[in-house]
Amino acid sequence: MKKRPYVKGLAVIFVLAGLSAPAISGSEDVNVENAWSRASIGASRPGAAYMIVRNMGEDAVTLTGLTTPLAMMPEIHETKTNADGVSSMTPAGEITIEAGESLALEPGGLHVMLMNLQNPMTEGETFPLTLTFSDGDEVTVDVPILDIAARGPEG
Amino acid sequence: MQRRHLLRYGAAGAGALGLMLGVGWWRVDGPGTSKPAGQRPLALSAMDFRLTDHEGNEVGPDTLIGRPTMVFFGFTYCPDVCPTTLSDISGWLDDLGDAAAQMNVAFITVDPERDTVEAMAEYVGYFHPAIRGWTGPEDQIARAAEGFRALYERAPTKGGGYTMNHTASVFLFDAEGEHVTMIDYHEPREFAVPKIRRALPENVEGAT
Repeated sequence: MKKRPYVKGLAVIFVLAGLSAPAISGSEDVNVENAWSRASIGASRPGAAYMIVRNMGEDAVTLTGLTTPLAMMPEIHETKTNADGVSSMTPAGEITIEAGESLALEPGGLHVMLMNLQNPMTEGETFPLTLTFSDGDEVTVDVPILDIAARGPEG
Repeated sequence: MQRRHLLRYGAAGAGALGLMLGVGWWRVDGPGTSKPAGQRPLALSAMDFRLTDHEGNEVGPDTLIGRPTMVFFGFTYCPDVCPTTLSDISGWLDDLGDAAAQMNVAFITVDPERDTVEAMAEYVGYFHPAIRGWTGPEDQIARAAEGFRALYERAPTKGGGYTMNHTASVFLFDAEGEHVTMIDYHEPREFAVPKIRRALPENVEGAT
């Protein structure tokens, strides 16, 4: 009985380790965590991807662009809901992340919009997404594709 | 420090009050008077539109009367808000358990050009089975939106395509078809589910 809390603690550590998707290459100052996306129906509809971009460095970084073989036009978009409850999306442009701060790309806010998909997004697969920063640094992350009805990085 | 904070809150409060009064004037007497979004949705019995559900059945507001109802406007080419809301609704329905079977849930497209009956069928199939997808001619979609006081507009995108801006709240009606309340976009489950329970008949509420 006494061992339980310890085991639970370990489980939490494993879960956290599984959730964070460390950058597979690129800048050491920027860490991308909890990347996820939803499966698509075919390739004619745009997709979306979400993640936390953490600036671990001592200087501000500016995210200037995205590239992925999955989509011809990947862009950061922002969903805004006005006082009448009407939601709209607009390109967010360049985004500066201050030292020690993080950028949350999440449902209903800033997110990666994947336009002109080259192939359908299939549940269980992953796709590489490269984030480019103003100083020329690049970070590439593997984004898992979850269920079309997924609500977060855990599915 | 304390006093400065108080002053700041005071100023912010006065500003907010002024803004509220301003918005109030704008809505009641000002140029916002005729704006449908400021009004409550009609009762379902006062609405008039004919659409087709994702199984090809002819449906309308009368289809929804008799059971509590959730209605959401969206479109299947919507990458962020719509799958998020449909997932949220699916989660609420899971929480409601058996009571979910006593509800109507209609997802009405604001993009009938791309959202055919077949497209709606494929799309809603990925979410909770209680969710029905409704589409139809543009003029009937417009009449439906008018009844619900929902807003939508087409917005061109860079690639030459278009997206839709639309009311993202969920409309909640009781079994008699009277509007109960709205569930705002991305409202947390602990607020949304009790709101839905309020729209359920007593016996169903007691059973869960």
